[in-house]
Amino acid sequence: MAEAHPVGFQWVMEAKKRGATVIHVDPRFTRTSALADVYVSLRAGSDIAFLGGLVNYVLENELDFREYVVAYTNAAAILREDYQGPDDLDGLFSGYDPDGRHYDSTTWQYEGADTPSPGSGEMTETEPAQGAGGDPSASRVGGAAGRAASYGDTHGSGGAAITGKPRRDETLQHPRCVYQVIKRHFARYTPEVVSQVCGVPEDQFLRVAREMTENSGRERTTALCYAVGWTHHSVGAQYIRTAAILQALLGNIGRPGGGILALRGHASIQGSTDIPTLFNLLPGYIPMPHANAHPDLESLVGDEEKQAGFWGNMRSYVVSLLKSWYGDAATADNDFCYGWLPRLTGNHGTYQTVADMADGKVKGYFLVGENPAVGSANAKMQRRGLASLDWLVVRDLVMIESATFWREAPEIETGEMRTEDIATEVFVLPAAAHTEKDGTFTNTQRLLQWHHKAVEPPDDARSDLWFYFHLGRRIREKLAGSTDERDAPLLNLTWDYPTDGPTADPSADAVLREINGTGPDGSALSAYTELKADGSTRSGCWIYCGVYADEANQAARRKPGQEQTWVAPEWGWAWPANRRMLYNRAAADRDGNPWSERKRYVWWDAKAGKWTGEDVPDFIPDRDPHYVPPESATGPDAIAGDDPFVMQTDGKAWLFAPQGVADGPLPTHYEPPESPVANPLYRQQQNPAREVYPRRDNLLHPSGAQPGSEVFPYVFTTYRVTEHHTAGGMSRTLPYLSELQPELFVEISPALADERKLQHLGWATVVTARTAIEARVLVTDRMRPLTVDGRTVHQVGIPWHWGPGGLSRGDAANDLVAVALDPNVHIQDKVGSCDIRPGRRPRGPALLEYVEEYRRRAGITELTGTEGVTP
Amino acid sequence: MGVRTWIEGWPAYRQLAGPDPLGRGVAAESSGSRDLVARTEQADRVVRSICPYCAVGCGQRVYVKDEQVTQIEGDPDSPISRGRLCPKGSASKSLVTSPARVTKVRYRRPHGSEWEDLELDTAVDMIADRVVRTRRETWQDTDDEGRVLRRTMGIASLGGATLDNEENYLMKKLYTALGAIQVENQARI
Repeated sequence: MAEAHPVGFQWVMEAKKRGATVIHVDPRFTRTSALADVYVSLRAGSDIAFLGGLVNYVLENELDFREYVVAYTNAAAILREDYQGPDDLDGLFSGYDPDGRHYDSTTWQYEGADTPSPGSGEMTETEPAQGAGGDPSASRVGGAAGRAASYGDTHGSGGAAITGKPRRDETLQHPRCVYQVIKRHFARYTPEVVSQVCGVPEDQFLRVAREMTENSGRERTTALCYAVGWTHHSVGAQYIRTAAILQALLGNIGRPGGGILALRGHASIQGSTDIPTLFNLLPGYIPMPHANAHPDLESLVGDEEKQAGFWGNMRSYVVSLLKSWYGDAATADNDFCYGWLPRLTGNHGTYQTVADMADGKVKGYFLVGENPAVGSANAKMQRRGLASLDWLVVRDLVMIESATFWREAPEIETGEMRTEDIATEVFVLPAAAHTEKDGTFTNTQRLLQWHHKAVEPPDDARSDLWFYFHLGRRIREKLAGSTDERDAPLLNLTWDYPTDGPTADPSADAVLREINGTGPDGSALSAYTELKADGSTRSGCWIYCGVYADEANQAARRKPGQEQTWVAPEWGWAWPANRRMLYNRAAADRDGNPWSERKRYVWWDAKAGKWTGEDVPDFIPDRDPHYVPPESATGPDAIAGDDPFVMQTDGKAWLFAPQGVADGPLPTHYEPPESPVANPLYRQQQNPAREVYPRRDNLLHPSGAQPGSEVFPYVFTTYRVTEHHTAGGMSRTLPYLSELQPELFVEISPALADERKLQHLGWATVVTARTAIEARVLVTDRMRPLTVDGRTVHQVGIPWHWGPGGLSRGDAANDLVAVALDPNVHIQDKVGSCDIRPGRRPRGPALLEYVEEYRRRAGITELTGTEGVTP
Repeated sequence: MGVRTWIEGWPAYRQLAGPDPLGRGVAAESSGSRDLVARTEQADRVVRSICPYCAVGCGQRVYVKDEQVTQIEGDPDSPISRGRLCPKGSASKSLVTSPARVTKVRYRRPHGSEWEDLELDTAVDMIADRVVRTRRETWQDTDDEGRVLRRTMGIASLGGATLDNEENYLMKKLYTALGAIQVENQARI
């Protein structure tokens, strides 16, 4: 955190000054470790075992916050009889389909629930050719795995829907209640096993377990902070699930000083998820319609309407969005133009798209402030994709590698590509900087902050708002008068934003107001609870409704922090409803009283008959804590007075996820897609539901005990440094930052340096089956050899900011990384196996021969490392 | 210049006679440095902004003189950052005023070996033509079983996560109306 979010880390130091214990768990020693009370070095990719060990410690010693757990989690819910877990099935959960490589979640349900399972065939893949390349197994693997997953991640912020409330045993003694099931599940993760899998000494693990449990409960809370390296795994969503189980058991959610705080890496990456430029979502975590499941509006929202919680009002969110986009054309008689929405048929995530691109299926591509030729996994495949396009539009501040690939890609040097053969037409359109445009960023705590335009952008530089507005305007002009039904959504689109200044820049303020939404009289709405399903309201993103309350840009509020309470509610605006902490009803006990004076935050004022406190209560304002809804209630009416998790259909935090997770209802340790270590826990080596792309341009290594694994004996992982930003477009071109971190390096331990004869400050070549890169060697005690399952495991740390362009240069670490994805969110695993050798890499065609020799020695084919069930 | 002024011009005299016996402050100050004024003082206006790097969201104050950004400082009013910026945030003036910025449209024709100039207006028009054409050529009304698809798989987009919410909103709105569904963001990477 001190490394990648230095200014946020000041609050950790404030807490430390007041007596907090700071624990840092990370494969590499960073500036955070230097300031922590406890530093734990663990093997990259083993976090579920570490967190699972903490969960086991809590359950084994009955250190959970029992009142909280009984009241606010699904610990008491009783599961079906036929659920089986990794202990029963050698590393699998019940419901695994080895042909389709995905799970049917039927057996994970609560007893008596009749939830339709998305994995059970409701969604069937309609595009057999959607997978990857000419290999038929490729399409099967890519497509089928994507099927269940793309449904899983469309649940957005609400999680999956379940029907009705489960039968509960609040004594937590029933052998099939969630509490007992997770207790048995996590019993495997003893301190010995944590040590064996993670390479963490037992006493060090136990110190962390003690510190955390002693600092949680009625009087105290513990926060977990992670940077999104946690998500860069083929089990990334399950990392976060494990953290959520731990924090829910300790009563650390919805309470001050608690939580799981995702430290996201980009100015508006939260905003890019809320108002998603993501294939599977519409604004506000509304699922994009699927061709099979959602033929009409009713099918998209009907099931949700029967559920408890605020997703029960989903129809009003969707109708208001359609009204916002299609204006007067959207009426109740035409399903509010729902039929104009394009449909999904599977996983259309970026890696699937790039595989299709490399195969010539995608013709045109827009890159908007993104540099995949350096920043995406298997950057070599990315560049092949770019070289297979008809046309490419790059919008950026500087010349990035994704714009210059046709003459500067490493593949030109190796002879794999020739400039004159590349048919891609490239447009580079200069972008405006943040100081040259108005707009909002949503930071990592859901806070929208307005940045004001300071100066006009230079020459041809324009905001992306300008580009998309004028592109849309021209397309509409070109299609004007068309009677083709497919053009109707474009011609009826509300697209009349006021423009301003010498460049006719559209008004970001007007767009924000449209996002907020308006009522029947055209005035700005102040809360999403005002949205209607009858077409009388409009809102471009329901969770942002209120950002323009009272016809004022609430995101531009800048009342100085020192003139406000510690919650600072008048600085910017947080979604939803300017609420700074989600699920804060959980800060009070079942009766609505603060759990303790020390930790008061939101509570029930019985006299006034309403919730009150330091923050906007995340609850129905006047709902009595003892309210019990009638059986027939749906939507917000069905939220009981002690259901703090108001977006969940049962109002409870899910220790066990009966629905909505593609790779199991509970987290369990799997090795990364490539690993020199055989899974110490069971036969199943990797996540059996991970998404793989068996292609010539994405070869994986043998793992564990498989022959050939020894050719790539070391673990590598990638990460950031303070002085550079992501793929480098905003840092490698700047002189100060380039001077601070002038070139790519790899961090290794003295023991590994000795083993491979690597010289500090000398050159090293790092090799995987994808390619080889070179870097300067940094020999340092910060990297520690770990003892894993009785043997020494060395790790190689590689920052991923570099590429061949800019002032500070180097090979791209992402050239080494394979595409193997988490099935919930289709995000890559950044951990792999490698070899490292002294000296620079071969140049030209010799590089190809060098890598080919490694592949031969390891016996690698397209199918290596792509198995679902480990043979 | 009077004698008194002349003598007071000597740093050694000021060091002995003035409040700076160690000669590390006002005693050592030349008239040149005395006349220097911070860029933050000289600015025509100060504009409130937010750091464009990571997601902490530190407040920035952008100092503008003669319609140029002359300095960017942390905003002490921000309850998030309390005036601090990290090395990257502190380099943001160098980012927005960088000579490395591309400010003119660059065009590479198919199989071309050099960049060419192109008017911005022409470029946007050409891109609009390509979108319309590619959409027409790759349109899918229904799948083999007659289910509605209404989309193109020929056009894709990948955005960075320094896009404003308003920009993401127009992108999603336009792409969805076009039927382009392969719309992605750094948020998945």
